[in-house]
Amino acid sequence: MSTARGREKAAFIILGFATLLVVLPIILTIVYIIKNGFSAISWEFITQSPRNGMREGGIFPAIVGTIILIIGTMVFSLPLGILSAIYLVEYARDNAFTRLIKLSVVNLSGIPSIVYGLFGFTLFVLFLKLGTSILAGALTLSIMSLPVIITATKEALEAVPYSFREISFSLGATKWQTVRYCVLPYAIPGILTGTVLSLSRAAGETAPILFTVAAFYLPRLPRSVFDQVMALPYHLYVISTQVPNMPAGISFATAFVLIALVFLMNLVSILLRAHYRKKKQW
Amino acid sequence: MVGEAIIKVVNLNSYFGPLQALKNINLEIHRNEILGIIGPANSGKTTFLRALNRLNNLNDTYSQSGEIFLEGQDISGISDNALRKRIGIIFALPQVLPVSIYNNVAYGPKVHGVTDKKTVSEIVENALKKAYLWDEVKDRLDLPAPRLSGGQQQRLCIARTLAIEPEIILYDEPCSGLDPISTAKIEDAMEQLKENYTQILVTNNTKQAARVSERCGFFLMGELVEISETTALFTHPKDQRTDDYVTGRFG
Repeated sequence: MSTARGREKAAFIILGFATLLVVLPIILTIVYIIKNGFSAISWEFITQSPRNGMREGGIFPAIVGTIILIIGTMVFSLPLGILSAIYLVEYARDNAFTRLIKLSVVNLSGIPSIVYGLFGFTLFVLFLKLGTSILAGALTLSIMSLPVIITATKEALEAVPYSFREISFSLGATKWQTVRYCVLPYAIPGILTGTVLSLSRAAGETAPILFTVAAFYLPRLPRSVFDQVMALPYHLYVISTQVPNMPAGISFATAFVLIALVFLMNLVSILLRAHYRKKKQW
Repeated sequence: MVGEAIIKVVNLNSYFGPLQALKNINLEIHRNEILGIIGPANSGKTTFLRALNRLNNLNDTYSQSGEIFLEGQDISGISDNALRKRIGIIFALPQVLPVSIYNNVAYGPKVHGVTDKKTVSEIVENALKKAYLWDEVKDRLDLPAPRLSGGQQQRLCIARTLAIEPEIILYDEPCSGLDPISTAKIEDAMEQLKENYTQILVTNNTKQAARVSERCGFFLMGELVEISETTALFTHPKDQRTDDYVTGRFG
């Protein structure tokens, strides 16, 4: 009895300590960034272009650039990823070939982002002659996000009870009607969550945009999809390492804005999921 | 009472991968009869039922040989959707979609292209009446279907199948999860439906088969051991194995 209780206590302490180890650095990082950067945040910082070699002014072009890249990534990767996941789960027969494809998709999400960056540079910038442009950057980020979106969508679809499909087929519905009315409505919360998470990861990536779209210093808004843009993660890298005599507050404030942007996206995904979960009835 | 054959099964063999689930099944199903199918677990009853509307084919490993004729036409020449519209099925456990009562029943007509709202609500009302559920749910058609009791859900499933206006209704152990009163209600509904539908009832409950069906078949290990008038099958079985099963000596 007493040893059982002792073990219980030990398990509690070890598990709790492990959790603390994970959570603590995140909290400390955020607190540190807010503490050092919050004073530099102002209306001007968010709405103005950088001045004086980026040591003064704001980060407006970088915020806009990042938002444009997120939207571009969404446009390319969302339909493609969701549709191919639907194909893999609902239409493709289960054989060695489709299992190989599914395995590859999972493995693709583990590839370092710099590899995607170089791939995008070779394919989109050089081979397809898109140049360093929003188009090339968004496509590269899309390629990077696709495996995560496909995996998330696949899991969301597989979580829908098989009986829903069987009911639908038994009533003479076609495959597409079944997917459209009896599967997708119940998979949407999972799809949304996974998708938004992958997009927020894309928003924070530096390596894929390094050679494909990011501008070192471009204090104006882009005029077309063939323009370069500044982007928050790359801007942060630049002002932290490439600009001498940089006021520290600006770097931290930039980091804060990036984190806030990512947090905002995750918040949207959480709210959407809560909204759909209320409707869930099985 | 021997009616004309609406379904004719000729030399049906079914396989899941290398496993043979049905062995050389030959039988006829008469129009407007209730055909009972009894047999122990893994005897191929459900596989037989699902071969009739090709639901087995949802399983990638399934294959079959032999022919099934629906009103003289080989069903391999009928599309899945058209076939399943003519042959509806009620599953073992009540399986409702997590939407309202109304939308559960309206789903079938919707996928078959009925869009007029008035027509749909007439179909829904009629189907619920025929399934003996209308009086219990007419004031709360917007209620999520999963909130109904098990017995009500199963009658909702019957209504949902009736809404696609099939000719034949398959029941796959429809009362296995239900209490005796709910079971009686389902059996009442089946009795009423006899006028317009051919019904095939797979059941683990031999008493239910005796109560409800006019003819009855006994399946064992993928074989159709015997099929005859229900009273004859239960009182004077020709095969020793049928005798053993219906008298409860095994199974």
